[in-house]
Amino acid sequence: MKLKLNVWRQSNNSDKGGFVSYNVEADEHMSFLEMMDVLNEKLISEKKDPVAFEHDCREGICGTCNMVINGRPHGPQKGTTVCQLHMRQFKDGDTIAIEPWRVDAFPIIKDLVVDRSSLDHIIQAGGYISVNTGQAPDGNAIPIDKEEASAAFDAATCIGCGACAAACPNGSAMLFTSAKVAHLGKLPQGKVEHKKRVQKMVAQMDKEGFGFCSNVGACEVECPKEISTENIAMLNRSYLGSMMSTND
Amino acid sequence: MKWIINLLTSSIGQKLVMSLTGLFLISFVIVHLIGNLQLLVDDGGYAFNTYAYFMTNNPLIKTISLGLYFFILLHAVQGLLIYFTNKKKSGGKSASKYAVRTYENGSWASKNMALLGTLILFFLCVHMGDFWYKMKFTDDLAMVTYDGYDQPIKDLYTRVSVAFQELWIVAVYLVGLFALAFHLMHGFSSAFQTLGLRHKKYTPLINGIGITLSVIIPLAYAVIPIWSYFK
Repeated sequence: MKLKLNVWRQSNNSDKGGFVSYNVEADEHMSFLEMMDVLNEKLISEKKDPVAFEHDCREGICGTCNMVINGRPHGPQKGTTVCQLHMRQFKDGDTIAIEPWRVDAFPIIKDLVVDRSSLDHIIQAGGYISVNTGQAPDGNAIPIDKEEASAAFDAATCIGCGACAAACPNGSAMLFTSAKVAHLGKLPQGKVEHKKRVQKMVAQMDKEGFGFCSNVGACEVECPKEISTENIAMLNRSYLGSMMSTND
Repeated sequence: MKWIINLLTSSIGQKLVMSLTGLFLISFVIVHLIGNLQLLVDDGGYAFNTYAYFMTNNPLIKTISLGLYFFILLHAVQGLLIYFTNKKKSGGKSASKYAVRTYENGSWASKNMALLGTLILFFLCVHMGDFWYKMKFTDDLAMVTYDGYDQPIKDLYTRVSVAFQELWIVAVYLVGLFALAFHLMHGFSSAFQTLGLRHKKYTPLINGIGITLSVIIPLAYAVIPIWSYFK
């Protein structure tokens, strides 16, 4: 299949950047990243600068292969990262626009690569459990309600890619932060620090320059792990509750 | 006291202000509607004028109305602050930050709350300038005498009836109500989400009430100018 790619090229964060068109011959069995590899091999053989894009596991769990494809973070297929998106989703002769995440808190490093350290800072602010939780406990040694366990597990599938903020018209990272808060806060080991964790992570999220959530809901539609905005409600509830019930 | 400042300057705290003031304003809009439907009573204005007299002279109502003015301003100022903060942080030109858009995410109303709110604020200025200001601060209104009242009271009913003979005023009201409909369509359920009140047990009910209110309230209000115009 013959494709025309309009790829965002930008040499660094202060560069203005713009779209450059390339023609690529791809195979419908290729993943989107393999198609990008074909483009880069062609560029390298022509002694041109290859397109910078992030990729790591290529099995949909690392959250690095971030591109906005035809205006949609991670492309048109629901619940899928770019590496798991296959070219059979496109037709011969298609024009595909590829852009980086556009969020103030994610400065562009080069082309499609953005700096997502802001998400790391939110985790560093409180997205952990301070005590040593030891080896994996025996089954049923720590009682936990099935409903809570399932909700925590659903939230824990967040891979921290930042598609939520990329899809958000406000550039808000509430879905990410709420997934981390729900994942830790619903489990017995994480409950101890829950209130203070919420305050610290929200404060850091605000400090990093993410926008405010206005309950548009675009994030949960584009999330490759289909994290629900129910987590955002839980974050709101926990934050307001912790402000009313801690000494800080 | 530092915690209150932390709360009210945080993103979630600022949304809390929007949520609580918004829900209060919705309750006002409902009470205001019920009162104003008395304009439709065919009694030459007795029901509405005595109601208006009560609303402008009862000390309790007068105190609550001070709170109402404050909450309207707070909702507007806080909303605009959030709008400009988000505009600055969105990483582009709001919803259309990507060059190609093949799929529209989220409702139109949810992405245009600031625009809809501004329309409603402009409408409020026209509305209050025409009736509220004239009722409270001027002697422009004619007086009428009713049994049981010591002195003549202001005839707001006639003022309203005259105003709604003007087609452009009716049009301004319909635009304002249209904006209100879409503002409520997102605002009502969004307020509960911000408060963290969400569960599959009752969220469908909240969403249902939100949609119902956003249709019924503006429609019922719209009956007043349209009925007065064609009367």
